[in-house]
Amino acid sequence: MAAISRDDVAHLAKLARVEMTPDELDHMATELDQILGAVKRVQEVATADIPPTSHPLSMSNIFRDDVVKPSLTNEEALSGAPAKAEERFKVPQILGEE
Amino acid sequence: MTNIYSTAAEMASALAAKEISAVDLTKQHLDRIASVDGKLHAFLHVDSEGALAQAEAVDAKRAKGETLSPLAGVPIAVKDILAQKGVPTTAGSKILEGWRPPYDSTVVAKLKAAGVVILGKTNMDEFAMGSSTENSAYGTTQNPWDLTRTPGGSSGGSAAAVASFEAPLAIGTDTGGSIRQPAALTGIVGVKPTYGGVSRYGVIAYSSSLDQVGPFGRTVLDTALLHETIAGHDERDSTSINAPVPQVVAAAKRLDVKGMKIGVIKELSGSGFQAGVSARISESLELLVAAGAEIVEVSCPNFEYALAAYYLIAPSEASSNLARFDSMRYGLRVGDDGSKGAEEVMSATREAGFGKEVKRRIILGTYALSSGYYDAYYGSAQKVRTLVKRDFESAFAKADVLVSPVTPTTAFKIGEKSNDPVAMYLSDIATIPVNMAGIGGMSLPVGLAEEDGLPVGLQIMAPLMQDDRFYRVGGTLEAALLSKWGKPILSNAPDLMVQK
Repeated sequence: MAAISRDDVAHLAKLARVEMTPDELDHMATELDQILGAVKRVQEVATADIPPTSHPLSMSNIFRDDVVKPSLTNEEALSGAPAKAEERFKVPQILGEE
Repeated sequence: MTNIYSTAAEMASALAAKEISAVDLTKQHLDRIASVDGKLHAFLHVDSEGALAQAEAVDAKRAKGETLSPLAGVPIAVKDILAQKGVPTTAGSKILEGWRPPYDSTVVAKLKAAGVVILGKTNMDEFAMGSSTENSAYGTTQNPWDLTRTPGGSSGGSAAAVASFEAPLAIGTDTGGSIRQPAALTGIVGVKPTYGGVSRYGVIAYSSSLDQVGPFGRTVLDTALLHETIAGHDERDSTSINAPVPQVVAAAKRLDVKGMKIGVIKELSGSGFQAGVSARISESLELLVAAGAEIVEVSCPNFEYALAAYYLIAPSEASSNLARFDSMRYGLRVGDDGSKGAEEVMSATREAGFGKEVKRRIILGTYALSSGYYDAYYGSAQKVRTLVKRDFESAFAKADVLVSPVTPTTAFKIGEKSNDPVAMYLSDIATIPVNMAGIGGMSLPVGLAEEDGLPVGLQIMAPLMQDDRFYRVGGTLEAALLSKWGKPILSNAPDLMVQK
């Protein structure tokens, strides 16, 4: 049985905010199924007694002094904006119609 | 005479002795790029004006007698994943086409402060996802040894630029082998420093627990000079190591391996590696023994699971990191005609702006992290990461450095693996364990494979923060190979690169 179906991929694409054409969905489902088939080998050795490693260095709570330093100007921060208005990023409608 | 075929160290001393100006040296490299890059496509953006202005500033400082950094006036190429203020930075993606960062990454800032002249930005697989540059949205880079072959990836543009004398030095990034593999396939030196050794601030993130910036050069010493220029603690990168930088330049000059134990990883040799690759590796080991090193065999039984774990961990982290490309603050925005909501515009932009491999990894990562599958996939992969670290720890208990081939084969043909993701992933089989454990590794050119005349790379690995060890071994072996061959490896390359 396939580990991942076309419907699964459509759902994941929606979660990841990537639109996909029906053709892309077909291809992606087949490819992901092959890739998952190859990577699920990790389960062969991942027994309960082995602790996970999320990062190569064990560091935590790295702080620096809370000092105000020069940073980007408003103009610089907006320099790459696809749209701007009144010194702010202008974005498409976020909430539904009132 | 100093010219584009000189080493960076030679260029640096000629500049210091005022035998050549930084402007002249920069112009020679810009001319070289103009004459060969049409065939190679190593660069995405050549910043002639900025480079010449930087070179003029170095010359002016030198004329005034100011104390300059060792590499002041030497040109460099920078992978297009590092932000450089005012210069296009795309990470090989359409989603960042035309973006000019308003700030410098720490590595770029350090290069500028050291007077290293930035010639331009190099081609790469989109967001560093790939092993051939074929996933670049702006076309593939060709290997200077054979234009029908890939230079490797993802830092293929940087490697091709150095191998073809467009630049004596380059910066790359390495998440699963993206510096070492292209260095091996183009016959140059490439180093992935210890994780945290070089700042990641301003480097567009792919997989944050694996990504590391590092140097390319044509010699071990050149690579070491660049390594020391870019390394060091940075409070803007919370994973940056707050400790002295390993003395890699001194190590590169040491030329002595007497009494060192060199561990050969049993699982990364023999079948599965091209015969011509294995032959050059064995020959290198003989040279190291002749130089006084001792060879021991070590076993890393869990390495065979590292590749699978990598292709869960890296896509998982990528699916999260690439969420920032939402079309709201910078980069591409598609379909914003006033009738659509933000989420629709986001989805349409990401559909248009991301390439196939990037989408594949985002979806794979989203799946591996989703509830119900997390333990089976991402959780298991993290356990494999522990096992890989333990394998390295027991191997380093028996040896000072470990060695293996960098890649299973020499440079492959463009198009050969582009429709088979799993086959492409296999080209990183020997390099991935290093990233999983966070240690450093070097790719050193050790000759040409007999069957195809293409370069072979030896991988030399050292424990965390002991990067000086692979420079010591690499420098010694490089000297032994040079005296055996009588000329540098790149002098065997075809017309495109040979000194006229």
